[in-house]
Amino acid sequence: MTTAIEMRNIVKRFPRVLANDHVSLTVEEGEIHSLLGENGAGKTTLMNILSGLAAPDEGEILLHGTPVHFRSCLDAIKHGIGMVHQHFMLVPVFTVTENIILGNEPKRGFWLNMKQARAKVAELSERYGLKVDPDALVRDIPVGMQQRVEILKALSRGVRIIILDEPTAVLTPQEVRELYVVMRALREAGHTIIFITHKLQEVEEITDRVTVLRDGRVMGTAETQDVDEAGLARMMVGRDVVLHVKKEKHSAGEVRLQVEHLFAKDARGLPALKDVSLEVRAGEIVGIAGVAGNGQNELVEVITGLRNKESGKILLGDLDISEMTPRERMYAGLGHIPQDRQRRGLVMNFSLIDNFLMGFEDSPPFAKGPMLDYAEAKRFSRESIQMFDVRTPGPHVLARTLSGGNQQKVIIAREFRRDPAILIAAQPTRGLDVAAIEFVHEGLIKLRAQDKAILLISMELTEILDLSDRILVMYEGKIVGSFKAGQATPEMLGLLMAGSNIDQAGGQENTPTYRNGEEGGVDHG
Amino acid sequence: MDKSKRPLEERRFSLLSLVSPIQFMLGIIVAFIAGALFLWAFQEDAIRAYSVLFKGAFGSKRYFGETLVSTTPLIFTGLSVALGFHCGLFNMGVEGQLEFGAMVAAYIGYAWNMPKVIHLPLALLGGAVVGGIWGAVPGYLKAYHKIHEVITTIMLNYIAYAVADYMIAVGGPMKGNSDLPASPKIMATARLDRIWPGTRLSAGIIVALLMAVLVWFFIFRTRIGYKMRAVGFSADAAEYAGINPKTMTVWAMALSGALGGMAGAVEVLGVHYRFFAAFSPGYGWDGIAVALLGLLHPVGVVAAAFLLGMLRSGSITMQAIAGISKEVISILTALIIFFSATNQTLKPMLEGAIRKHNLRGDEDPAQEKKHEG
Ligand SMILES: Nc1ncnc2c1ncn2[C@@H]1O[C@H](COP(=O)(O)OP(=O)(O)OP(=O)(O)O)[C@@H](O)[C@H]1O
Ligand SMILES: [Mg+2]
Repeated sequence: MTTAIEMRNIVKRFPRVLANDHVSLTVEEGEIHSLLGENGAGKTTLMNILSGLAAPDEGEILLHGTPVHFRSCLDAIKHGIGMVHQHFMLVPVFTVTENIILGNEPKRGFWLNMKQARAKVAELSERYGLKVDPDALVRDIPVGMQQRVEILKALSRGVRIIILDEPTAVLTPQEVRELYVVMRALREAGHTIIFITHKLQEVEEITDRVTVLRDGRVMGTAETQDVDEAGLARMMVGRDVVLHVKKEKHSAGEVRLQVEHLFAKDARGLPALKDVSLEVRAGEIVGIAGVAGNGQNELVEVITGLRNKESGKILLGDLDISEMTPRERMYAGLGHIPQDRQRRGLVMNFSLIDNFLMGFEDSPPFAKGPMLDYAEAKRFSRESIQMFDVRTPGPHVLARTLSGGNQQKVIIAREFRRDPAILIAAQPTRGLDVAAIEFVHEGLIKLRAQDKAILLISMELTEILDLSDRILVMYEGKIVGSFKAGQATPEMLGLLMAGSNIDQAGGQENTPTYRNGEEGGVDHG
Repeated sequence: MDKSKRPLEERRFSLLSLVSPIQFMLGIIVAFIAGALFLWAFQEDAIRAYSVLFKGAFGSKRYFGETLVSTTPLIFTGLSVALGFHCGLFNMGVEGQLEFGAMVAAYIGYAWNMPKVIHLPLALLGGAVVGGIWGAVPGYLKAYHKIHEVITTIMLNYIAYAVADYMIAVGGPMKGNSDLPASPKIMATARLDRIWPGTRLSAGIIVALLMAVLVWFFIFRTRIGYKMRAVGFSADAAEYAGINPKTMTVWAMALSGALGGMAGAVEVLGVHYRFFAAFSPGYGWDGIAVALLGLLHPVGVVAAAFLLGMLRSGSITMQAIAGISKEVISILTALIIFFSATNQTLKPMLEGAIRKHNLRGDEDPAQEKKHEG
């Protein structure tokens, strides 16, 4: 095997943060190499350097043994290195083909040669099993396909070394399988892949070697077959991590959140919720499983007041909140961890102090008449940073300078500290490292022990299975299945999520209740 | 987690906080150089032009007074535009808000009769309120009907101009007894005192500076200011947090308009003592330049207003003495706006340079971030 990339003693500093501290990394040609590490360990920074997006302060990069300096991403691409970022960089109103050829358009004289472009896209997508619809608009296709478009875009420019930054964070289990197939095909064809993930079982499953970063430094590189998940976790965080939380038995109390016959439309005006009814009791975690785009998002938005419903009712205890503003619902005890942290959950250009204030700005102790008590806000921020182990130089930095996982921790901290009676948690652990996931899971269990009602929406089946007292499956805007804890298997859920009939999936006698939209809770014990 | 890993608390003062002032100065210097090249290209003596310009702005007590007289309304209009920007709104309607503010202040000033302690504040307040209402209209249209504020504010300017012309035209409701197309003079009780004998400088500048402090406080320390900034950066996130972006939009435009209205009121109450057509030589438009040049910060706005005020008063002398057209100053102003807008690109470079400098100095993050290993 020959060495594809060697990064030597890379140092990258940000104000008061040493993001990469003499990092050395060797990647062999034709391998799938995983980068593993806590939130803020410096993975994205290191890969930004490798892909020409950022310049290192010290250190050198050797490509096939020769030193290289990338002045830009384009420069790196010319050298055969491309990166697929966690937040995609596609033009939503362009078609798949247009996006792929953007910046690299085949021309016939003055005109674009669309025929050639389409042929090329078709050929590439055929070769690596990257199924896309070449004529669909990017804004209309699911994230999984958008990701394939990003990969195709890199491949179409002759990239041989592909960096994938947390590609699986936004994918459903099914899409993750498909990605594996693509990654293996790429490896077969001699491509080199650097794969960032927080999911240890993915490392085990797909990678050849793994390098662990901690606090900006390399903790070690290993052959994947020589290490197990627990060992990797220990290497990452320096202690043993509970990978699957255990929850105590806890009996549920009265109904806290009740959704009745909810209908709503999505952003494009198409029906997204078709008669959804559910309820969550005090001291209960209800998990909603489902492939992204089956109405979970709309359900959360309607419950929290960010989207108008067509009809139906939402009750918090006896209180009808259907017509209330988001703020009134918040004050009525509804908490919300949004799935889109950069769009909803944070103001990226606000300091952490201002972000921790969100939703608190009108209440004591922060509101002092028309003023804000920033001394108090700063104290609150410091405490939250401490309690939730947010890795940041201090509360004054802008949210956008935090690593993805640490941004998520800020939101979690704020919403937990709001102490809501009912918490809607949408993808609460997306992008978090194992230790932080452990922390959040334990936090949710703790809320449950305090008799809070929790509605958990997650694409992680393991998360749903580990935490939920009851599991609902959403498919095409309806609830198509309901299970008690321990009754559901990943296979059953998977089938339902894919739209199979319930009987084939193992027969749940109380499902029709939900399907007809009648009162739920029959299965509650 | 291990507490020792946590980096030290950041310092109060960092060289990074100098980035904005440096950026501000650089924009001006580059613009002056470009302006000189421009003058030379048209066979003008740039050195002489600039020296006359400075003499015209600072050369005597009277000249300097005029500089401050021009600075005063520009502080208001600059604050007005900056406040809008903090909520993500581009208020291009300051001219119109200023016209209305001036009209109302003049009316209260000449038509009502009361003691000074009530009369003057009331005239100012009247101008602010009506300017605010005139500003709230495009705010409402934006929030509830999604009509872009740039379009509506510009359109409303023309309506304001027309209303102003009508008011003081022959037979107009505010027309005074003189032959001038102007309102009657306001009572002494409504006037802002002259504070510097021998100049036209009025207490308006004190009001302006006071408003700068107030606006800073409002934007960065009050609840509603916080909400406006949240909406300005991300309406989606604000909405999630329970802030109503629509309400904030209307409020921000209303307050922005009120500042515009005050600009007009202070001009009437402190300088002209009456309302007449075209009393504003484009203070509203210059407010956009002032806000951008001042990087939307009240302190920057005051500095930028002073710079543009200087150019304004200097240019009058320049034309009179050196025979160089006043329009040259318009070009210079435009260049300053251009370079202060484009030098946003300088910011990362400046920050990078400072960081490099720091690394050699004592602020080495490598030492601050301690490892446990
Ligand atoms: N533009 C920036 N300005 C300041 N600090 C930054 C910037 N980008 C990253 N950092 C800091 O550098 C450190 C490493 O960040 P990086 O994004 O590389 O982490 P990561 O390993 O990708 O974490 P995650 O798993 O959460 O995505 C973090 O402490 C982060 O706050
Ligand atoms: Mg990252």
